[in-house]
Amino acid sequence: MWSLENITKSVDSWLNLQFSPTIAFLIEAVIIMVLVIGLFAFLGLVLVYMERKVSSFMQIRLGPNRVGPMGIFQTAADTLKLIVKEGFTPNNVDKFLFNLAPFIVMVVAMVVLAPFAFSKGFQIWDVNVGIFFITAVSSLGVIGILTAGWSSNNKYSLLGAMRSGAQIVSYELSAGLTILVIVMLTGSLRISDIINAQADGWWIFKGHIPAIIAFVIYIIAATAETNRAPFDMAEAESELTAGFHTEYSGMKFALFFLAEYANVFIVCAIGATLFLGGWMPLHFGENNWFNTIMDYIPGIVWFFGKAFFLIFVIMWFRWTFPRLRIDQLLNLEWKYLLPISLFNLLLATVIAITGWHF
Amino acid sequence: MYRQSEILDRSGHDGYMVINVGPQHPATHGVLHFVITLNGETIIKLEPHIGYIHRSIEKMCESLNYRQFVYTTSRMDYLSSHINNHACCLAVEKGLELEIPPRAQIIRILMDELTRLASHQLWWGSMAMDIGALTPFFHAFREREMITDIFEDTCGTRLTMNYMVPGGVMADLHPDFQQKVKVFLKQFQEKLPEYDELVTGNIIFQNRTKGVGILSKEDAISYGVSGPTARASGVSCDVRKLYPYGVYDKLDFKEITDTGCDTWARYIVRMEEMRQSIHIIEQLIDNIPDGDFQAKTKAVLKLPKGEYYSRVETARGELGVYIVSEGGTTPYRIKFRSPGFSNLSAMETMVKGGKIGDFVAVMGSVDLVIPDIDR
Amino acid sequence: MFVTQYIKDVFGAIKSLGIGMRRTLWYFVRPKEIITQQYPDNKDTLVLAERFRGEVVMPHDENNEHACTGCTACELACPNGSIKIVTKFDITPEGKRKKAIDQFVYRLDMCTMCNMCVVACPSDAIIMANDFEHSVYDRTRLTKILNKPGSKVRDGIE
Repeated sequence: MWSLENITKSVDSWLNLQFSPTIAFLIEAVIIMVLVIGLFAFLGLVLVYMERKVSSFMQIRLGPNRVGPMGIFQTAADTLKLIVKEGFTPNNVDKFLFNLAPFIVMVVAMVVLAPFAFSKGFQIWDVNVGIFFITAVSSLGVIGILTAGWSSNNKYSLLGAMRSGAQIVSYELSAGLTILVIVMLTGSLRISDIINAQADGWWIFKGHIPAIIAFVIYIIAATAETNRAPFDMAEAESELTAGFHTEYSGMKFALFFLAEYANVFIVCAIGATLFLGGWMPLHFGENNWFNTIMDYIPGIVWFFGKAFFLIFVIMWFRWTFPRLRIDQLLNLEWKYLLPISLFNLLLATVIAITGWHF
Repeated sequence: MYRQSEILDRSGHDGYMVINVGPQHPATHGVLHFVITLNGETIIKLEPHIGYIHRSIEKMCESLNYRQFVYTTSRMDYLSSHINNHACCLAVEKGLELEIPPRAQIIRILMDELTRLASHQLWWGSMAMDIGALTPFFHAFREREMITDIFEDTCGTRLTMNYMVPGGVMADLHPDFQQKVKVFLKQFQEKLPEYDELVTGNIIFQNRTKGVGILSKEDAISYGVSGPTARASGVSCDVRKLYPYGVYDKLDFKEITDTGCDTWARYIVRMEEMRQSIHIIEQLIDNIPDGDFQAKTKAVLKLPKGEYYSRVETARGELGVYIVSEGGTTPYRIKFRSPGFSNLSAMETMVKGGKIGDFVAVMGSVDLVIPDIDR
Repeated sequence: MFVTQYIKDVFGAIKSLGIGMRRTLWYFVRPKEIITQQYPDNKDTLVLAERFRGEVVMPHDENNEHACTGCTACELACPNGSIKIVTKFDITPEGKRKKAIDQFVYRLDMCTMCNMCVVACPSDAIIMANDFEHSVYDRTRLTKILNKPGSKVRDGIE
């Protein structure tokens, strides 16, 4: 049967036949680089368009509809505009850090992508500490934001960056603890193991109460980690104009913008992998007609479908809720989410030890 | 210049940060400038700097005759332009001792209340937007659009109407007026629960507003705060009740007061005022008497020598118009007591000790219109 | 009890958020509720209010005659001096000198559409037109002369 796994395998074996293993590895690295950059460009275009359409329909507007049919080329046109715009560097900024910051944010988003399984066998790096790698690297993104806020030499940027620092450091905790629930139920940090463990049902169904609580908390923490409304403290356009990227323009601004959407995709992909089975089709129990039908839908469709569903939910949050205040944001984390997720972890431990999950 | 060096000194020594909110800032809804001293995120001091949109309307009025000066007041508080015009007309009519035909009286009150509704709808949307929810803004504009359409039908313009003239109103009501207002009322009453679903009931919104921006009753009185902002601090100051003009004394409506003193109370007071305005319009819409829409006036109006004062309740508070006449065709001096200026002066009391987010929420709840402050 | 209150708070908060999300989803799945008007596209079907004040115009009939006698009532009524009437003296067939307008200068860039000139006009010579697309590349084009060249006042209007 046609699958992405066969394609990657045949490419790999063909390259190894033709070249020495080192050269083959380098060529593979280049291919992966191109694919990742392509994925990011695709995500930037699609997610920005999706956000604008989702927001417009919720706000009883039409949204972009001038460039191309239904406005689908709007984001391409916007990107073109940002590319040709002057990348302005203000006078009194720390020039090195100012120019470095967008790239830190972007590179972090790209590196996190490494252990993701997009489909069966379609994975860059199936490392045994996969989920740990993801949580560790994704928390580096805040360094880019702090750098941007500090180097801009702008008080609004500084406030935004400091808010963002406090926020991401806090929400890492509950995001990590909820991820730990699934790690506990699976017994492995390897992404492929976690997905394979969901072959007879996704964790959100199998893990019942602790998994559902963990899922809800994870979505909240993920929204906060990506600095999106209602937790967009770092930007808070009615308070801090544009927060940490106030001084950025042109392509450097576009990198922040792209990194935000890439991060949204990444946290949603993590959520989809952990709770909704990644590329694993919807299965109930073992070998029955329902599972067979579901298997006909390719894994990559399942993966992107789940990820985009979660992205929609996060966008839905953004266009419904008001913004929290910075102290309320930290209250929510330390007084509500953290105790609940700790308690939930305990519950999950009990369930994992006694084997009460399905 | 002195002021500027003072700011630099302050920010240098005690570790406080001074930020300029405005003149171009999304939270100020116009060209208002706040110099805020921050300790981290906490506001230590707030200085409003006004005058960016000063057009010297009061001075301009001195060279315009009693018919002409009314139109300038539409440009003060542009969200309640009918009510501003009403105030001017009342002052002039007081001087001329004109009797206004009953039809014109009713039309004026109807227009006032529709203006109040339109203004409060915009306030609702922009307050939600200040607090971070962008969707309600568009929902508020959907209903506001119906009101501006009604205005456009009858008055010819949507924002700066200049519909009320000394002696009555400029033109008769459009034939569709009653039917359109009824359609609007029906839809608005259907949609008001949605407003509550989207914003009022939202836990984040409640947390952002409850206990934030406290303005005690004593402070409200001493700063001369008026309108919904003062009524939310428990001050009974509705000019429509206390000094009724037009036909307000014959109407059944409640003065909404709240003792919460905070941003949430101001929110609730305005939401309830919308319901009261609907109630007023419902009483009047079927009872518009026939007759003239304008009293007979001379071609050139001359106010007898003396001083004339009229006060009305705009969407933001009490607007006073003070005319000194020397007996000529133009006023000798005009002074507007605008609600926005007094409400702005209470800002520092409200936001001191709060966070930047609180400042934005308070700004939204006080509902300042900047041209009204600067005139 | 602290714990029950805590749990109640959490669930109350989630419920209130859910109500808001239900409302936005309601709108999301109902594109019929969209109120956007696609302005340049719907130009043909655009209905403006008949009293809409776009600009002051002076209607001329088929004989290129208007109703303006040059009484300057509008000029006096205008609060910001947007109207300037330049008069001339026509010689009537009887040999009498008669006052008439030479140029009715209207400055659209200064006009605030307050309608006072139209109200003041005793012979209904000027009206407010519905046209609202006033943008031009050169602002001198906003100073208009309302009476057409060669036009004269209609008979019987004093």
